[in-house]
Amino acid sequence: MSRTPASRRPGPAGGSGPTPYRKPVPIFWWLRRRAYLVFVLRELSGVFIAWFVVFLLLMAGAIAEGSDAYEQFRDWSGQWSVVLLNVIALLFVLLHTLTWFGLAPRAMAVRLRGRRVRPGPIVATHYLLWALLTAAVAWLILKG
Amino acid sequence: MARRSPEPLLWLLFSAGGMAAALLVPVLLFLFGIAFPLGWLSAPDHTHLLSVLRHPATKVILFGLCLLCLFHWAHRFRYTLYDGLRLKNLSLVISLFCYGGAVAGSVAAGVVLFRI
Repeated sequence: MSRTPASRRPGPAGGSGPTPYRKPVPIFWWLRRRAYLVFVLRELSGVFIAWFVVFLLLMAGAIAEGSDAYEQFRDWSGQWSVVLLNVIALLFVLLHTLTWFGLAPRAMAVRLRGRRVRPGPIVATHYLLWALLTAAVAWLILKG
Repeated sequence: MARRSPEPLLWLLFSAGGMAAALLVPVLLFLFGIAFPLGWLSAPDHTHLLSVLRHPATKVILFGLCLLCLFHWAHRFRYTLYDGLRLKNLSLVISLFCYGGAVAGSVAAGVVLFRI
């Protein structure tokens, strides 16, 4: 196989014709259309979700270490550069949340009494669950 | 090939992570990353946060959140590198970096959270 010239290798369809020409795609193909850009921004939200894990673990570690370490963490997280990073991260995470809920009806086929549930109620259920969990977490943290 | 592809499991972790992140990350990031540092809300004191973190349910939930978020990141980042930067021919290195990073991060999360 390795000795066969490229032009004589079987094509992907299993035929014996030459490999079809593939037009090279430029690296920045996603700057060409707004929809492509939103797609890539949504994909990049994963990086900021990973950053959140790092931030959370730094905080948990500081809290575990003692009140001095916690105060140090608060000084560090109060710097404008860290706050700015977290503002950008929150915008990306919100983009993730909105697009995730928007896609939910297409990702899951919920059936109730034999009928497929329409997209509207599925999306609404997600937003309701989000609101409830947000309120519960805020209550738990702020009640102290 | 008789070997089963790990792709369905990785997709399941990606999907669960996407849901967990969508539901829980905004409120936590807003409170601890923005509202408390800027003084919009008064930050909880150390004893309260420590008692919340010491509860077994908090540990399990936060560990699950960290693990799922990291595998979500790994899956998305892998495909971002494949498609966004046209790096499909480096797929082995990219997979090792992404999923290896998720595993290492999850271990770190377990060490931090369960030692509290």
